[in-house]
Amino acid sequence: MIDFSAKPILELRDVHKAFGAKRVLRGVDLKVAAGQSLVIIGGSGTGKSVTIKSALGLVTPDKGEIYFDGERVKSAKTIGTLRRRTGMLFQGGALFDSLTVWENVAFALLYRDSVSRGEAKKRAIENLAKVRLPASAADLRPAELSGGMQKRVALARAIIAKPDLIFFDEPTTGLDPITADAVNNLIVEQVKALGAAAVSITHDMASVRKIADEVAMLHEGKIVWRGPVSALDNSGNPFIDQFVNGRAEGPIQPAI
Amino acid sequence: MTADAVSAPAKAPFLLRPFQLIGRTVLGGFREIGRIAAFSGGVLIACITPVIYIREVLRQCLKVGYYSLPVVGLTAVFIGAALALNIYTGGSRFNAEQFVPNIVVLGITRELGPVLAGLMLAGRVSAGIAAEIGAMRVTEQIDALLTLSAKPSRYLYAPRVIAGILTLPLLVVVADIIGVLGGYLVAVGALDFNGSLYLKNSWAFVTGNDIWSGIIKAAVFGGIISLMGCYQGDRSKGGAGGVGRAATLAVVGAAVLILASNYILTSIFVRVGL
Repeated sequence: MIDFSAKPILELRDVHKAFGAKRVLRGVDLKVAAGQSLVIIGGSGTGKSVTIKSALGLVTPDKGEIYFDGERVKSAKTIGTLRRRTGMLFQGGALFDSLTVWENVAFALLYRDSVSRGEAKKRAIENLAKVRLPASAADLRPAELSGGMQKRVALARAIIAKPDLIFFDEPTTGLDPITADAVNNLIVEQVKALGAAAVSITHDMASVRKIADEVAMLHEGKIVWRGPVSALDNSGNPFIDQFVNGRAEGPIQPAI
Repeated sequence: MTADAVSAPAKAPFLLRPFQLIGRTVLGGFREIGRIAAFSGGVLIACITPVIYIREVLRQCLKVGYYSLPVVGLTAVFIGAALALNIYTGGSRFNAEQFVPNIVVLGITRELGPVLAGLMLAGRVSAGIAAEIGAMRVTEQIDALLTLSAKPSRYLYAPRVIAGILTLPLLVVVADIIGVLGGYLVAVGALDFNGSLYLKNSWAFVTGNDIWSGIIKAAVFGGIISLMGCYQGDRSKGGAGGVGRAATLAVVGAAVLILASNYILTSIFVRVGL
């Protein structure tokens, strides 16, 4: 089990968010310990993406508090600190079309840390190697890569600045099971190598079992269950049972 | 997700609904003006304060300026040629055909060069910027920029606005030259003007003020074109349809603002004697 007596790297307290009449988050409470890999699961539209976008300051919560490494994230300065110490892998990769692969990977070095282009390219190629991409991919454009390769480039971009916390938004969506497993392996390997904490959201139970230390279930804007990944199959929680077994019948209504 | 109704707008009695509609439209218009002003203010501040990404500015200058040369040149040559024909036809009604070079050069440098180059770029550049940034918005690339500590106003918008402000005046100078050349070709080829006399008259008549007024207008139009593209792209949502809508709104907004600001600038220039 994770020791929460130490200061968590990320904490969400009673976070609420509505878009117009739709109340997406209704009081999310979440703690992530340093070095822990937490996976948030839940049906479509339950607010998983909004939760991590709130944590990153991409969405401003209507109510509630967010703490990063013990400091409340509220001002532009604290959001800036959080973003400098975190990485994010977006669902579709979100690679910049107009830049080459290495410029994408080294973006934070080039535009934030003012590293020279030569040094940035060298470090980008090193990070591409970590995600099993050859140096020859460095000068390609993202559109020239397959979906799996784009995810790996996005992972290289997320880890290049050695973050303390990495967010993964549906990291295996749209990939075949073999490529998805390879991406999961890379996530586990790189997160462990960095000693970083990870917060992932996914529907893919194979991903959950591979990358999670703990799992939290989000339903109707609230965390309804949290526990170690080993407890998934005998949680005794009807939401978890329905989700893990992929049944249409149960307390969670299908999103159709 | 279960959606709870947080609040619903109050419905006015049937007879009052037209007034409610007018009020909502007017308020919506003011809100939009406020949003554009706030967005433009933020971007213009980013244009004049460090850090400025020079590589991005140069890349945008190439896209906005260099790649627009053919369309601006073609527009200018045909407008100059048509203007010469029209002025010849109109002038012949009161024996003033000899003024063709003077009026062509004046019309091109003060008005048609900047306005038509601006309108052509509103179609080519503003729509392109809106579509590019809109696609970045819907594919989460703008969110990715933020997570990498890059402000879109500084990295994406300011280079485009600086490129618009710098390159449209240069394009207008080219348009002025090509437009006068268009008039010259028609005048010499079809209207029996003496070539060297045509050019001498044009050069003698045009003043520095005529050229400068066109260049100042071009700088303003260049800023408007890029700003509208960036603004509409930034606000786009809802996938491919939203991106298409953003491109359309950018072109329409830029064209209307170019024509309105052209009138305002012309009024100011007339007042100050430029």
